[in-house]
Amino acid sequence: MHDFEPKIVAFVCTWCTYAGADLAGTSRMQYPPNVRVLKFPCTGRIDPVFILRAFQKGADGVLVSGCHPGDCHYMAGNFHARRRFAAFRALLDFIGVDLNRLQFSWVSAAEGGKWVEVVTDLTERVRTMGPMPEFKELEHEELWSTFAEATAGKSTGLNITGDRSQVLNTPELKEAYDSIS
Amino acid sequence: MSRIGVFVCHCGENISRTVDVEQVAKAAGEIPGVAYSCDYKYMCSDPGQTLLKKAVAEHKLDGVLVAACSPRMHEKTFRKAAESAGLNPYLCEMANIREHCSWVHEDREMATEKATGIVKLMVERVRKGKSLAPITVPVTKRALVIGGGIAGIQAALDIADAGHRVVLVERDPSIGGHMAQLSETFPTLDCSQCIMTPKMVDVANHPNITLYTYAEIEKVDGYIGNFQVTVKHKARSVDESKCTGCGVCMTKCPKKKIPNEFDQGHGMRPAIYVPFPQAVPNTPVIDRENCTMFQSGKCGVCAKVCGPGAVDYEQTDSFTVEDVGAIVVATGFKLYTIDRKPEDSPIQGYGEFGYGTIPDVIDGMTFERLASASGPTGGKILRPSDGKEPKQVVFIQCVGSRAREKGISYCSKVCCMYTAKHTMLYHHKVHDGQAYVFFMDARTPGKGYDEFWRRAVEEEEAVYIRGMVSRMYQKGDKIVVMGSDIQVGVQVEIEADLVVLATAVQAQDGADLLAQKLGISYDKYNFYSEAHAKLKPVECATAGIYLAGACQGPKDIPDTVSQASAAAAKVMTLFAKDQLERDPVVAKVNEKYCVGCFACKKVCAYGAIEEKEIRDRQGNLVKKVAYVNPGVCGGCGTCQATCPSKSIELDGYTDEQIMAMIEAL
Repeated sequence: MHDFEPKIVAFVCTWCTYAGADLAGTSRMQYPPNVRVLKFPCTGRIDPVFILRAFQKGADGVLVSGCHPGDCHYMAGNFHARRRFAAFRALLDFIGVDLNRLQFSWVSAAEGGKWVEVVTDLTERVRTMGPMPEFKELEHEELWSTFAEATAGKSTGLNITGDRSQVLNTPELKEAYDSIS
Repeated sequence: MSRIGVFVCHCGENISRTVDVEQVAKAAGEIPGVAYSCDYKYMCSDPGQTLLKKAVAEHKLDGVLVAACSPRMHEKTFRKAAESAGLNPYLCEMANIREHCSWVHEDREMATEKATGIVKLMVERVRKGKSLAPITVPVTKRALVIGGGIAGIQAALDIADAGHRVVLVERDPSIGGHMAQLSETFPTLDCSQCIMTPKMVDVANHPNITLYTYAEIEKVDGYIGNFQVTVKHKARSVDESKCTGCGVCMTKCPKKKIPNEFDQGHGMRPAIYVPFPQAVPNTPVIDRENCTMFQSGKCGVCAKVCGPGAVDYEQTDSFTVEDVGAIVVATGFKLYTIDRKPEDSPIQGYGEFGYGTIPDVIDGMTFERLASASGPTGGKILRPSDGKEPKQVVFIQCVGSRAREKGISYCSKVCCMYTAKHTMLYHHKVHDGQAYVFFMDARTPGKGYDEFWRRAVEEEEAVYIRGMVSRMYQKGDKIVVMGSDIQVGVQVEIEADLVVLATAVQAQDGADLLAQKLGISYDKYNFYSEAHAKLKPVECATAGIYLAGACQGPKDIPDTVSQASAAAAKVMTLFAKDQLERDPVVAKVNEKYCVGCFACKKVCAYGAIEEKEIRDRQGNLVKKVAYVNPGVCGGCGTCQATCPSKSIELDGYTDEQIMAMIEAL
């Protein structure tokens, strides 16, 4: 066991990478259990918003993976994905996200070994980087505004002024959030 | 509140060895909205499926999650089980805790935690899932066959014999293709025309076949079961409905010295002609580039002598649109030429063979015409330059083929056999002649093929020299062929009267353009790609389009005929149903939000997105929105990720589902 177990989310296409991960399984290869796989028909379906949301919801690293260029089951979906993510990476870089947390790789249905390699590398890399707090705070922000809206004009009996993060860490307040969210 | 059932499988010990399945089932039971959860030794077994069906009924489940192996393994099994329990099959999902968990992790605690995590994600997917109904599309039971060689003829006849209508489109004035040009065929040496021409006549006479010769494919729209194909009928200058095929026009045409393509340019034909005497249809066509009437406006002999008045100089190209449900592509091949190629061409010519400038260096197909009884020499082997009988003939194999440095690395497959045949035909006709063959390997897999080759070597006295030719040049009326015999390790020099090159089989001219019209893929040599090299050798990746013959790669006649019949069988399978059922994972447009930017249309690889007009009751155009043709949509979802107003959605992978899964991370 390590001190920090990063949460890795993999967005994969069903035809190549998902099958490649299946192959890693049938070949009984071993890799860190930190990854959660979300299956898509094609990398072309993957909206960059999903990646942002994943970071916000606790992911410390994200992997996007599909068929090699030219091998797309849907002819050209992975080309659109590649172009989209090239732009998206630049944007993430601009807003200050460490790009080491985000990996794009092509893994074919025959590359069980490559899947293991990619997942292991990303997990270990993110492990050394530590948790990713930035986007999670955004979620607090979101909760905060919902809470403020819900409690507007009402007396909660709680002091919600002052340092937000402190308030958010108060168990009573957290409970109050949970009831409205 | 949903009522989801979670079934955790032990898979014998495959899962339970590293994953605490009871713990997973228990944790699943605590997820809000999960009404029932259990674990079982083998979920895919009959009792396992019965357990699932019973639970659906007893607990009134509205969604099912089976945590077991990969969905690629058993999704169909469990969806079927769920369906028989009265649930929509698309409300049944699988959580992969075997390939993605128990098999790849050893730490039991962490593997159990991961399995629980996967189940949590997938429960959200089930919760947000929608009932989907399979999409049905009607099938037009009429097939299009492109190419009238032996492949197209065989496919057309098979489909037509099964009772379906066929449209056969051929680019040349007659069907028959390359096989009609051959003299005899290996390994039995039966006359090609004798076995070919009856089939050609069958095509012409078949009540189910519509034959369009001198026609090309202009445009292809639609999708499996519902193609609309625009056929361009090139102006023949002869009215097919009036022409009786008497041939007077051809005998009276004053221009008679035009090299005949059918004889590889070694015979002559008039400007109004049929390519060969057995042509089907027997309707002549005017070669406008060589016709005096078209070039100078002064002649018109053919029109004057034509009794039925079929000659029509005013005829123009015309177009028809054919509705078909399936397409068989059988466009065949062309032969490589050794002439100098453009600088930028990936495939190069043979400078060492004189770039095709030595008149008595011919290709295999020309030799076929010289050996053919209906050929320009009446079946006598006479060399083109002076019409003398050659006494020493050198055959060279693998010219172009298996020559990476020339740009073609594949084996053309038929040359070893036809060269062996050529040596035999030569020996039969010129008894005192000697045939030499330069070869790299003799590749003779096929029924009776090796025996045939051995006969050429052992009984028909062909001298096989293992090695390649490095240079040849004209010396007097001889061609000096310099090569090496690598088995003996000596240089060889032969003064030949005739050299025959077994040139590579290449994709037909314009194969790439046709592929683009059809939306099928092709390799770097322009041969069409099958959907799977081993298990789908006849289908294209584009549904409803099938391949037959050498357009897919070099093939001999038996292989071509087999593939053509296989393609026909695939078409018949398709036509056996009135409606096609397909996976309902397709995109849908929310017309309310669609702003009609058509960003989706640009990224759609299938051309499934159309522009739809929304009008009010007075018929005024309100706006244009996208419309997804469910029959064409491939279900990749690229459009959805592209749509800026989020008004297009892929069923089965909606934003709502995916976001819910991410929330459950």
